[in-house]
Amino acid sequence: MKKYKASTISLIAVLIGFLLASLLLLVTGRNPVNMFIAILRAMIGFDLTHPEKGVNILYPLNWLLNSMPVILTGLSVAFAYRTGMFNIGGEGQFIVGALACTFVAFYVPLPAGIHTVACVLAGGLAGALWAFLPGFLKAMRNINEVVICIMLNYTALYLNTFMIRNVLPININTLHETVKFPETVSLGSLNFGTASKFNWGFVFVIIALLLYWFIIEKTSFGFSLRATGFNKEGARYAGMSTTKNTVLSMMIAGAFVGVAGAIVTIGVYGYGRIFDAFDNYGFDGISVALIGACKTSGILFGGLLIGLLKSATTTLQRMGMTKSITNLIQACILILIAIQYGIVLVLNMINSKKDKKVKEDA
Amino acid sequence: MLNMISEMFPIALMLATPLIITALGGFFSERSGVVNVALDGCMQIGGFTAAAVLVLLSTSGFKGGIWWAIICAVLASTLFVSIHAFASIHMRADQTISGTALNVLASGLTIYLCEIIFNQERTNSYSMSEVFSRVSIPVLKDIPVIGKLFFTNNYPYTYVAFILVVIVWFAAYKTSFGLRLRSCGEFPQASASMGVNVAKERWIGVLLSGALSGLGGAFLVLSTDTQFTGASVHGLGFVAIATLIFGKWNPWGILGAGILFGFAQTLSYYVSGTAIPQEVMSMVPYLTTILVIILTSGKQVGPKASGEIYDPSKR
Repeated sequence: MKKYKASTISLIAVLIGFLLASLLLLVTGRNPVNMFIAILRAMIGFDLTHPEKGVNILYPLNWLLNSMPVILTGLSVAFAYRTGMFNIGGEGQFIVGALACTFVAFYVPLPAGIHTVACVLAGGLAGALWAFLPGFLKAMRNINEVVICIMLNYTALYLNTFMIRNVLPININTLHETVKFPETVSLGSLNFGTASKFNWGFVFVIIALLLYWFIIEKTSFGFSLRATGFNKEGARYAGMSTTKNTVLSMMIAGAFVGVAGAIVTIGVYGYGRIFDAFDNYGFDGISVALIGACKTSGILFGGLLIGLLKSATTTLQRMGMTKSITNLIQACILILIAIQYGIVLVLNMINSKKDKKVKEDA
Repeated sequence: MLNMISEMFPIALMLATPLIITALGGFFSERSGVVNVALDGCMQIGGFTAAAVLVLLSTSGFKGGIWWAIICAVLASTLFVSIHAFASIHMRADQTISGTALNVLASGLTIYLCEIIFNQERTNSYSMSEVFSRVSIPVLKDIPVIGKLFFTNNYPYTYVAFILVVIVWFAAYKTSFGLRLRSCGEFPQASASMGVNVAKERWIGVLLSGALSGLGGAFLVLSTDTQFTGASVHGLGFVAIATLIFGKWNPWGILGAGILFGFAQTLSYYVSGTAIPQEVMSMVPYLTTILVIILTSGKQVGPKASGEIYDPSKR
């Protein structure tokens, strides 16, 4: 059986995913062409139905803005996955990251700049601590991390509500968020004169991407993490501390998400808020990591793709399409990546037919 | 105190019912060797189908739509979970990933269909006269203590859950079908050598898990809500997995664990007006789950081959 590059399989999965979603739209009586028009618009702001308006830089900026957190959560899921763990606790880590960031913003007075960095780091630290328990329980008692992570997601949701209602300075007009952060906490604005909230938070994303690549590919620590994920018993036999690796890997994974929670809170909102439901950044990270096959460049690509889908939701709604269609595209892609063995089988079949033809022609 | 407990029991049982039934579904799947993280998604599909069918039938003036609602929920969820069966049995998929994919699909699909059918992000509401109300069981309700706790003033769904526990236990431990199915979750290569068709047994296990969790989701929506929304299931499928783990992969254990989790959820209804903040009590079911899993861990009692890709050439 021939091996295929992970990127080939991902690309095929993405294409078929879009195809399946289009089919579903057709079956339910909607026009799939509108979906692609909306996605093109979300990408460069070019509206095919009004071509005279040209491109609008607001849209690519919003695309990048939406990609920032999902690249981070994608890195998180990928980091844990390389060590043989499934980090489905991103939602909870995201919320505690946002919460810790809010605490530092209000209660740790620091000069501008440093204050922002402290907030982001606090978010990362909180995410890491929130991910400690599932990692620890997996390492010490072999407890399924999936269930623990999900339970911690809901715990974080209610913990955040409690803190904002009872401890943090709440906005008495809405009773749904805190008052504005002090001016020393800000990620600036890079909107080039548009209404976009794109900000300097992308610097943290680039640092995270580089860190991921460096730790996983270039350090002996990363090697032992990968060895643990590949064959736990083998890694233990080779003298690696698989217990320590499992816990640390989960914590680093949690830190990535915590940072995402902080930069979204500072950059997009500028205040702490009550989560009525999950923002889905953590779950999106699973798609990102799997589309990217847990490779640095792949995660960047996957993050930009999922970010595009996220930023297309408003355009879709405006064009009379339901926004849940982006969820469906994502689910189709995920399922296809899960059954990539089938994709390989089909590719092999096509190739062997080609080979036969070539032989017959000769 | 005793009064309060007997007052809490019907609520706890109402909340425990979907957990028990869904966990019984997970029992079949894991015993046959396939981890089904998609229980949550199956519950969503079941809950959505039940609510949608009931609303559509009752608005067109059809009486007794609830039976069709439940039947359709089971069928829809079984059909839905067959994606997971195909992926994990024939396509060597990572079962956690394929299950997660189904969960994403379920939350997207249910809301999408709501938007298509009802033009909003949830189904329309059905009237309470369309669904079953609470009943007591004659004779059994007169048994001292037990009668008052278990057989008085419950939804019929709860009695279905009790009966299912017995049926599942009998099917899994007293029939040759159960033995074959369980063997595939322990050592599939050995089962295959005895002529058991591992793929077939696993298909049965996964499909049963879909059917039961669809039923659980339907019962959840029909007993606790008047419509299906994106928040109807709120992760209860995962609590059902925890119920399965805490119940030590055994139908009777699942019954006990389900009732305990039902109680944990009931507590949050009882604190409004007390000094304990409601958010703290909302955390209780989830924290109890974690605590209980920690306390019962250590002894590996789950099916050995559960979650492993079946490779016939492995020894």
